[in-house]
Order: sequence, then structure tokens, then C-alpha cells
Amino acid sequence: MMRGSGFSNLSTEEILLPVRPLYVALTLVAALLLNLMPLTGWVLVLRPDFVALTLLYWGINQPRKVGFLPVWLLGLAVDVAEGSLFGQHALAYSVMMFSAIALHRRVAMFGVRHQMLHVLAILLLMQVVVLAVRAAAGGEYPGWRYFVPSVIGALLWPVTRFLFRIPLRSRRDPDEV
Amino acid sequence: MEYTPPPFFKRGPSLLARLSFFALLSLVLLYADARFHYMEGMRKAIGVVLYPLQRIVDVPGEVASGIGSFFVSQSYLQRENERLARENFLNAGLLQTQQELIAENRHLRQLLDMKERAGPTSAAAEILYFGRDPFSRKVIIDRGSSHKVEEGAAVVDDTGLIGQVSRAFPWTAEIALITDREQVVPVQVVRNGLRAAVFGTGYDGALDLRFMPVNADIENGDVLVTSGIDGVYPAGLPVAVVSNIERNAAYPFARITCTPAAGVNRHRQVLVLSRLAPLPEYPPAAQQKKAKPRKSRRDG
Repeated sequence: MMRGSGFSNLSTEEILLPVRPLYVALTLVAALLLNLMPLTGWVLVLRPDFVALTLLYWGINQPRKVGFLPVWLLGLAVDVAEGSLFGQHALAYSVMMFSAIALHRRVAMFGVRHQMLHVLAILLLMQVVVLAVRAAAGGEYPGWRYFVPSVIGALLWPVTRFLFRIPLRSRRDPDEV
Repeated sequence: MEYTPPPFFKRGPSLLARLSFFALLSLVLLYADARFHYMEGMRKAIGVVLYPLQRIVDVPGEVASGIGSFFVSQSYLQRENERLARENFLNAGLLQTQQELIAENRHLRQLLDMKERAGPTSAAAEILYFGRDPFSRKVIIDRGSSHKVEEGAAVVDDTGLIGQVSRAFPWTAEIALITDREQVVPVQVVRNGLRAAVFGTGYDGALDLRFMPVNADIENGDVLVTSGIDGVYPAGLPVAVVSNIERNAAYPFARITCTPAAGVNRHRQVLVLSRLAPLPEYPPAAQQKKAKPRKSRRDG
């Protein structure tokens, strides 16, 4: 049953235009801008890590387009913006990218709902890496709310997929001869 | 001679090799930053690159608040104006007595032959955003080292101490709030002059007054102000009000919880005070004592 749905999803998968590196860079800058939004209170607790979500999308869908170096540098930029330890997000994003690229063939076989579970697991792994780094540096566990952004990020996965594919859709009607 | 066929697809080093390289690099950076604070220069360079992005993101909020403030009702403005006029009147009275007190204080200090206390100068700044690191409590303000904001300077709002500048970037600065787990403020109880230290708890609206004996003379509602003996915070800034005391004879110290006097979440405007004058040198006698053994070793 599940296998069948997976394959039917594969067969209805639309054919997208090739991805240009400039487009990838633009989405990453947009994600960084969203991460820099000045927020307070509950919104700040709920805010997903947009940079991580964007990197995850490209890691799963276009594993050859994003190298480790840009990922690592973005992690450093996020560290500076958040005022956290220098290198913790660089490390976490590298681990996240590794798991995304290692799993990308498997994730592509699933429908959106099952992809969300994979995304949730990878985002949680990313946060656990950050937690481990901070624990090693003498930080204290900040409570269960710390993991809320991963859940929100996984819930946003279908939206991310939809938005990122809009510019990649072929403008020509496939039935036209 | 061994012959290896050319690879069909050039893929570079393996995935695991790349991960290990970058993970190792991150760990080196983390260690250098956490242990030795070597990374401040690089942090500043990246901060400069990020600054324009931060300003771009700030624009929608500024426009929204601008539109909001444009449509303020007449009655609200009138009320606000009235309140401000009343406050101004009250403050004018206080200011006059304060000037008199300053003059009197200077005179008395001269009589006692004590060092004059230099009043700190201040610069107004606005909070850009709250730090997103869930492990620490920080805010970012829109003034930096190019506006002469120095690391270590005290930051206050209109009701009390907020925190301390922990990092100064060229155009922005990071403030560690007094509620941050790693912040400690030396304080004094206004009522009886008892000295103590207030520790951050990592939560909004709560501070710990640690290492006070069970029988210490502290009551609910006691006001704590900075004592000024650390050379960082000017003396007399309101820090917190004691809100809860647990005296349990089984423990050597009382558990004393305080609420911060300043409202970090209420205002956007803060004042950055300049750093105090450096502490006076060690008295020469103590220095000689320290230097002596070294000298004798060199001679011998």
C-alpha cells in the first residue's frame, strides 16, 4: 500500500527545469534574511530555522548543487547573527547536509507526508548537535521548547517544496506539439 | 606498474571525507572561541557583511511602526502629553535637589580628601532585535564601536540596569542581559548597605541573590542597587527588588529570588553608559613585594 503510493507519487512527479546556481544562492540569501527577522516572545520560540530548511531542500533535491563550503560559511554567518558560539551552526549544518545527501535517494521515493518525517528527524539531529556543543561548553538544557522549531520546520516542508518549485516549472504546455 | 582506469565521473572526495574535514574545522573554531576567544576578529568581519542584510530586514518593521504611530488618536496624544508634562515637572524638582546634592557631595568629598567620582556619560540606542540563541539572554542594539560603544559598558533603561555590552561590532553591539546565566552584578541593599552579588538565572524576570547566609538581614521588597566596587557598573543603579526568600536551616545559604527593576521587554530605547575611569594603580608597597622574589631569582 505504502510502496504503491510511493511509486504513484514518482510517476506523477513533474519534470522541472534545471536549477541554476544563482537561484540556489538567491533562496539561501532569502532564508538568511528570514532568519534575521527581528522577533520577540512566542514568535521567536516558534520560528523555524529557515536557513536549515532551505539547505535541506537543496541537499535532498539537488545534492550536487550545494557544496559543503557554502553550507559551512552560512553556518558561521548564522552563528554571528545569533551571538552563539562561533562554529556551532557550521558544525550542525555540515552534519545536516551529510545526512540529507546520504538519504536523498531514499527520501525522494516517499510522498510529501513521509518526507516530512525524514525532514523532522534530520532537523532534530541538527538541533541535537547544537545542544551537544553547548552542553560541552557548559550550557544548560533550555527545555522542551528548544525543539519546537524543528517540528515547525518539518510542518513547513510541503510549503517549502511548493514555493521552491514555482520558478522551476516549465512554462510550456507539455501537451503542445 | 599499476594501472588505474580514469574515473567516469569526477566526484571529488567522498561525502564522509568532506563531512569529517568541515566538522573538524568547526570543532577547532569552537574550541578556539569557547576557550581562548580568538575568533572575535573574524566574528566582527562577518558581522560587517551581515549588517546591510540586518538593516534590510528591519525596514518592514520600521515602516509598520511608522504607519502605526501616524494614526495615533488625538486623545491618546493629549493624555500622553499631559502625563509627560506632569513627569517633567516632578523631575525638574528632583533635578534641582540633585544638583544641590552633587555640589554638596563634591564639597564633602573635598573635605574628606577623597577621590572625585566621575559621572558616566551616556548615549541613547535602540534595541534592534532579541538574540535568538536559546542558551543565553542577549539583545542587539543599533549602536556600535563606531559610536564609541565599548565592550564592558553598562546599559540601562529608564528604570534600572539592563545589562552589559558583551561584544561591540562596528555598527551594532551585543548586550548580555543581567538575566543571562553568565552575568553577575555586585549589588548593595539600599536599606542597610549589605553587599552581595546577583546572578542571572537564564529566565526572564528572575534573578538569584546567592551566597547570603540564612540569617542575613534581607526582606521582601528590598531594593538592590549596583555597589560600584567592580569598576564596571557605576554605583547606585537600581538592579532588582527582592521578591521571595526561602530560609532553610538545612542549607548554609538562603534562597533569595529577585525581579529585575528594568523592563527589558517593555522598551525599545536604552542608554549605554561609558566605561568608568580605570581603577587606581596598586599601592607601591604591594608592587614591590610582588616584584622582589623575581628580582632576587634573577640576581641569584
